[in-house]
Amino acid sequence: MVKKIFAQIYIWLILLFMYIPILVLIAFSFTTSVNVGVWTGFSFDLYPALFQDGEIMAALGNTLIIAFISSAVSVLLGTTGAIGAFYSKKRAMRALDSVNQIPVVNAEIVMALSLTVMFVFVGSYIFRGANLFSFWTLLIGHVVLSAPFVYLSIKPKLQQMDPNLYEAALDLGATPRSALYRVTLPQILPGILSGFLLAFTLSLDDFIITTFTRGPGLLNGQGTIETLSTLVQAKIKKGPIPPEMRALTTIIFLVVLLLVVGVTLYRYFHKDKKHSRRRMAR
Amino acid sequence: MKLRFQRKYLCIPYWAFLILFVIIPIFIIIYYAFTDTNGFFSMDALIDFFTSPVKINVLLVSIFIGLQTTLICLIIGYPLSYFLANKKFNKNVVLVMLFIMPMWINFVLRTGATRDVLFWLGINGGTYPYLATLIGMVYNYLPFVILPLYTTMLKIDQSQVEAALDLGASPMRAFTHAVVPQTLPGIVSASMMVFMPTMSSYVISDTLSEGKISLFGNTIYLNFSNSQWNTGSFMALIMLVIIGLLMFVTRNANVKAEDRARGTGLW
Amino acid sequence: MEENNTIIELINVTKTFDGMDAVSDFSLKIKKGEFVTLLGPSGCGKSTTLRMIAGFDTPTSGQILLEGEDITKLPPYKRPINTVFQRYALFPHLDVYDNVAFGLKFKKVPDVKIKRNGTKKEIMRHLTRKEIDDKVARALRMVDLDELEDRDISTLSGGQQQRVAIARAIVNEPSILLLDEPLGALDLKMRKDMQIELKEMHKKIGITFIYVTHDQEEALTMSDTIVVMNNGAIQQVGNPIDIYNEPNNAFVANFIGESNIYNATMVGKLKVRFLNHVFDCVDDFPLNEKVDVVIRPEDVDLKKASKEEIENFKNKKKDGPLIGYISSRLFKGIHYQYVINIGKNELIVQDTKEFKTDEYIKIEIDPELIHIMNKDLTSNVFYDAWIDKQNRLVISDMTFSCDVKQLLPGSSIDEEGYLIDSKTGKKYDLKDADVIAEIGLNDIEMSDSHEDCDVTGEIISLIYKGDHYQALIRTEEEEEFIVDTPYDWNEGDIVGISIPEDKIKLTLKGDISKYEA
Repeated sequence: MVKKIFAQIYIWLILLFMYIPILVLIAFSFTTSVNVGVWTGFSFDLYPALFQDGEIMAALGNTLIIAFISSAVSVLLGTTGAIGAFYSKKRAMRALDSVNQIPVVNAEIVMALSLTVMFVFVGSYIFRGANLFSFWTLLIGHVVLSAPFVYLSIKPKLQQMDPNLYEAALDLGATPRSALYRVTLPQILPGILSGFLLAFTLSLDDFIITTFTRGPGLLNGQGTIETLSTLVQAKIKKGPIPPEMRALTTIIFLVVLLLVVGVTLYRYFHKDKKHSRRRMAR
Repeated sequence: MKLRFQRKYLCIPYWAFLILFVIIPIFIIIYYAFTDTNGFFSMDALIDFFTSPVKINVLLVSIFIGLQTTLICLIIGYPLSYFLANKKFNKNVVLVMLFIMPMWINFVLRTGATRDVLFWLGINGGTYPYLATLIGMVYNYLPFVILPLYTTMLKIDQSQVEAALDLGASPMRAFTHAVVPQTLPGIVSASMMVFMPTMSSYVISDTLSEGKISLFGNTIYLNFSNSQWNTGSFMALIMLVIIGLLMFVTRNANVKAEDRARGTGLW
Repeated sequence: MEENNTIIELINVTKTFDGMDAVSDFSLKIKKGEFVTLLGPSGCGKSTTLRMIAGFDTPTSGQILLEGEDITKLPPYKRPINTVFQRYALFPHLDVYDNVAFGLKFKKVPDVKIKRNGTKKEIMRHLTRKEIDDKVARALRMVDLDELEDRDISTLSGGQQQRVAIARAIVNEPSILLLDEPLGALDLKMRKDMQIELKEMHKKIGITFIYVTHDQEEALTMSDTIVVMNNGAIQQVGNPIDIYNEPNNAFVANFIGESNIYNATMVGKLKVRFLNHVFDCVDDFPLNEKVDVVIRPEDVDLKKASKEEIENFKNKKKDGPLIGYISSRLFKGIHYQYVINIGKNELIVQDTKEFKTDEYIKIEIDPELIHIMNKDLTSNVFYDAWIDKQNRLVISDMTFSCDVKQLLPGSSIDEEGYLIDSKTGKKYDLKDADVIAEIGLNDIEMSDSHEDCDVTGEIISLIYKGDHYQALIRTEEEEEFIVDTPYDWNEGDIVGISIPEDKIKLTLKGDISKYEA
C-alpha cells in the first residue's frame, strides 16, 4: 500500500515537471503581460491578437502546408518502398532495411548539413552557381526526415500479414494490381495511418532541417520560408516568448487533447459498431 | 519481353530517393571534409579540428553533457516506466499517453517556455548556463527514455519475477536479477535515443544557456551560418563516426534495429 | 469418349526450386467430377503440384491442360479454378458477406444490349448487386452459414471460418476446387464432421475436387482416386481400396494404413522367406529375387501354440510353425493390438481374440494376404529404423551417425540436440522418431579391417554385374545390405562396412509436428 502511494506520488510529480512550462504558458495566455510570471489582470485579448498577427499566421500556414505535403510524399515513398522491399529477394530487402536505418539513427544536424552541402555542391558545380534553396529543397529535407519512419511502421504490418491473402485474391480473380489495392493495402492501413501521423508530427516539430534547407517560399516568393519553429526561434533569441504565442500554445494543446481523447473513445467504441452495418444499409 | 508488373518494383522510387538524398549527401560530406574552399584535396579541416583547443573542448563538453543527461533521464525514467508498466501500480494506458502528449507541442516553443519559466524561478540562463541547459535537456528527452523502457517492461515475464521470489530471493534481489536483465535492450536503446540528440542538439543549448554553452550541434550550426562548408562537413563527419561506433557497440550488445524503431514509434 | 471426360491433365510437369526437384516428371489425368486426393508426407511435392494447378507457381517444364487448353503460363486470376487455403486466408478487413462476394466483383458475364436503333450488341458486364446478393446467399446456405453474413471474420470459430473459405471458393462456380490441407487447423472431432460434410458437398455440387493431405485416413475416407506421392513423384494412382490392398511398392504400403514390411527373398516356386521363416505365397517371382513383403496387421492369425511347437521353435527346428513372443498388448476398442517379437524383428498384429502378454504364440498368415512387391534395387531401404537420443540412426541393433537436419529443410541442431526450425523457431525432439532409411548401393564402404567401421557382416553372395560386383552382406543382426563394389571379394568373407553420414537419406514416418518439443 505504501509502495503504491509512493509510486502514484512519483508518477504525478514527474508528470507535473513535464507539464509546468506548458501549464504556465496556458495560464498566462489569459493576461497580456510581456513576461510570464507577471499577472496584469485577466483578459482574452491575446486570442484575437493571435489571429491578427500576420507573421504567426503565415508561419502556421507554412508549417501545416509543409507538414501535409511532406507526410503525403513520405507515405507514398515509404509505403511503396516497404511493399517493394517485402516482396524482393532477402538480400535486397536487408539492403533497403539498413539504408533506411541511416536517417533514423543519424543526428538530425548531420543529415541537415549533408543535404545542405549537397545542394550547395550541385548548385555550384552543375547549375553554375545557382542557388537551389527553395520550397522544394525544404520538402526533400522533411521527406528524408519522415519517410524512413513510415517505412518502419509499415514493414511489421506486412510481416504479420498472411502471405496466402494476396494469393487468395488472385485465385478469386483479382489482378495483381487490384489484389494490391483490395487486400494488401487494407491490411497495412493501420501502419500507413500511424506512419502518416508520425511523419506529420516530425515535420511540425522540425527546426534544424527546416533552417538548413529552406529558401524562398511558395506563398511568399521573396523572403525565406518561416515555419512555426523557425519563427519562434528567431523571436526567443531576442527576448521572451511573444505573448500571442502563449495563446497559440493553449490552442495547440487543446487540439492535441481533443485528438487524443477522440482517438481513445473511438477505439473504445469501435468494436461494437461494425455489426449489422449491412442490414441497416439494405 | 514485356515487363510485367511485379510488387518488388514498387521499391524503386524509394531506393532512388534514399540514394539521392541520404547516401550521396554523406559522400559529399566526406568530399567537403577533405577539400579546401577551392575544391582541392586538403587536410586543413582535420588539422584545424585536432589542434584547436576550443573545438576539442566542445567535443568533450558535448560528450559529457550527453552522458549526464542520459544518466539523469535513466534514473528518473526507469522507476517511472516500471511503475507505469506494472499492473500493481497503474492500470491506465491513458497515463502513458499523458507523458507523450507534451511532445506534440512545438519543440522550440516548449524550449522557450522552459527558459521563461526557469527565468521566472530565478534560474537564469545567463547566470547558470550549464544547469539551465541540463534541465532543458532532461525535460525534453525524458519521454524518449520512458517510451522504449515502458515497451520493454510491458514484455517482462512476471512469472520469472515470481519464480525468483519463490526461490527465496528478496524483492530487491528479484528486481536486480529478474527485472533489470530483461530490460537491458530497452536501457540501451533509450540511452542511444537520448545521448546522440543531446550531443548534437542546437536549439536547447542555444536557448537555455543564452548562447553561453556551445555543443557540437551549435558549432556545426555556426559553420553553416558562415557557409564554412569544409570545417562544418568535417565536424559532421566526426559526429557520423561517433554514431557509427555507438551503433556498432550497441548492435554487439544485441539490440535489434526493430527495438529502436518500436521505441521511436509514438503511435 | 475418354478425351471428353478429362478436365485437367498434367503432362511431364517438373518444378525445380534452387536446383532441387520439388515435383519431377509428374503426369496425371483427372476426370470431371472426381474427388482426387494428393497424398504424401510433408515435402513430397503435393502442395507444389496444387500451386501449379492454381497458377501460383509455374512449372519449370511440362504442360498443364484444362479441358484440352494449355493453361501452363496462365496467371491464377484467369483460371476457372479456386482454392481453399490451409489456414483459410480469409480477408480480415472484410466481413463474411464481403469475403464471399470478393470474387464475384471481378466476374464478367455475357449480356445482350439493345442499342437505340434497335440492333442488339453482345457485351460483357459485371454482375449486378442483386445477382451478387443471390449468389452469396446461395453459397452461404450451402455451407450452413446464412445467418452469419454480417459477422467479422475474427468472431468466427475455426469451423465457421473453414466454411466461409469454402463458400468463397464455390460461389465462383469454378470447374475445379482445390483444397490444400483444409482440415489441418481443426481439432479431431471437427475434422471428422467436416470430412463427411465435404464429401456430401462434393456430391451436391458435382465439380472436380483436388484435395491435398498428409492424412491417409482422410484420403481413404473421402477420395474417389488417391495419388500417393513421395519425393516429388507419383508412387501409385488408384481408388482407395486398391491402394490399400494392392500397394505398388513398400512406400505406399507403409504410408497407407499400418503395415509390417520386411525384406524378403524368394526361396522357391511361390515360396518366400522372411522373419526367418518360409511362407507360401501366391505371387510368382524368380528364385532368389530380393523382394519386399507387406503384412497388414489385421491379416495375421494368432493361435495358441502347443508346448511341443514352442520347444521346437526354441531348439531352432526349421520346419515348425512360426512362433513369436507377445511383448505388448493394447486394447483399441474393437480389437487388441499386439507387438510380437520374432527374433530381432517385430510384427504388429490386430486381433479380436485375447492373449496374454509375455507368452509364445503361433503365427499364421493366409498366403493370399502376403503382398509381395518388386524391390527397387537402386538402394538399401530400411523401413523400421528409428532415431536414438544422440540423433543417430538405429537399424535393428546397429547405430550409424546420420544427419537428421535433412528431415526439416533449413533446420539446425542446438546444443541440447533438439532440431530447430530456423523459420518458425520451433523445437523438435527426434528421440525415438520412426524413420525410413535409404542408402545407395554405391554409398556403403566395405573394408577388410573390422575396426573403424560401423558393423561387420558376412558376404552371402557376390554377383558380377558387368563392370562391378554386387555383394549381399548379412550382418550379425540379420539385416542385409547390398553393396556395389569394384573389387572381387569371396563369398563367406567377413567384412566391415561403414556408411558416410551424408549418404544416409532419411524420411520421417508421419508428420514432423508429432515430435514438437
